[in-house]
Formats: sequence, C-alpha cells, structure tokens
Amino acid sequence: MIVELTSDPIDVPRLIEHVNQPSNGGICTFLGVVRDNAEGRPVVKLGYEAYESMAVAQMRTIVEEAMQRWDLDAVALSHRTGELQIGEASVAIAVGAPHRAEAFEACRYIIDTLKTRVPIWKKEFFQDGAVWVEPVSSQPSTQ
Amino acid sequence: MAETKPPPSASPAEAPAAISVRVLFFASLADLMGERRRNLNLPAGSTIADALRDMATDVPDLAVRAPHVSFAVNEAFVTADAPLSDGDELALIPPVSGG
Repeated sequence: MIVELTSDPIDVPRLIEHVNQPSNGGICTFLGVVRDNAEGRPVVKLGYEAYESMAVAQMRTIVEEAMQRWDLDAVALSHRTGELQIGEASVAIAVGAPHRAEAFEACRYIIDTLKTRVPIWKKEFFQDGAVWVEPVSSQPSTQ
Repeated sequence: MAETKPPPSASPAEAPAAISVRVLFFASLADLMGERRRNLNLPAGSTIADALRDMATDVPDLAVRAPHVSFAVNEAFVTADAPLSDGDELALIPPVSGG
C-alpha cells in the first residue's frame, strides 16, 4: 500500500508499478487535475492545505476499507499539497484487482470518500483574489 | 504501614482544576483567527463547545462559523459535546475540499 501526501509532482508511474502485481488482471487509475475555471470563472492556480498527520491517517483508513471490501492486495493513493498549476494532478489513485469490476468500484469509492472526510482544503486563485472552497455537502460525519 | 488515613482531598496532580489544550485552525478558519494554532486554558470538564465559546469572545465570527465546522480531538472526529482533557489536540475542521 502506498498512502502519501506530497509537495512534489505525483509520480503516477510509480503508483501504477506498485499495484501491477502478477495476480491482478486490471488496474484502474484516477487522476484529479487542476481545471482552468471554477463554474466559468478563470482560475490561475490552486493551493492545497492539509492537516497532514490526520489526512494521512484518514487516507490510510479509506484505502484499508476498500482493500477489505473488494479483497484487493494493492492500492496506491497520493495527494498533493502546496501550489498547483493548471493541468497538474492534485490526487492520484491506482487500484489493482484480479478483474476490472472491483478495480473500477474501489477506485470510485476511494475518491468519493476522500472528498467527504479527509482534512484537505483547496484554495482557488483568480486574477483578482482567492477563495477557500468549502462545499457544504462535504461535512465529515462523526466516525 | 504508618499512613492509613486517605488524603483529605483529591491530589491536584490527578484532578487538575484547569486543562490546557492545543487548538489547530486550518484554511478559512486560520484566516479568520489570524493564527494557525493557540494554546487554550480551560476549566476541567470543559467540552469543545466550551472551548468555542471561550475563543468566540475574541473572534465573534467563530460562533457564526461553528455550525459548519467539524471537530477532531487527537485526530479522531468527534462532536461538539465531546469532553476535553489536559494535553489534547483539538482541530477545527472547515468543510473539506480535497481531491
């Protein structure tokens, strides 16, 4: 298992290599990348801040949940911190599974769950200012 | 043993009258508070809600934001009625937006 926060560009081939194991017949990857607009308003860059120790612990818990639920033996999850330019990957997931269905489902579970309960925050920088993105639907539930 | 009488009151070392917690602020809440962490002294038995009331005396907008904030004590999500202990790390977690 790879679970990490990094201030460097995510090394996606390394994540794929980690889950490319002989018993697996499919690898599903997901990349979240920096979009050049927020609902049409031009974005010049993003910044990510994390409660690092808790974020890594929550990411590890989510990966362990997925590995148990879909009986996986290899998952990699990496999330960026700091400033990112348009097109850079902010998050990368690689899931290896014996068959594709589990790989797709586990990958989707990991990104959807990460967005609800991992303490990481995104700041959108515009030409004339910046705002923290705080979706009201993303309130972490009490565990 | 010579000393058989119990002490007249609980030892201060075992039941402190006051606790100290480290409070962490992130993202928009760090902007609001103008700092990323502070040490807060509270009466023993205080909850997170008590800590919020204490800090809102400096920064009234914190009380406005509180309904949309989640809380973690020592990196585990808890609710605002959770009790605090001496040495706890309390994180105020605005709505998350990773990914």
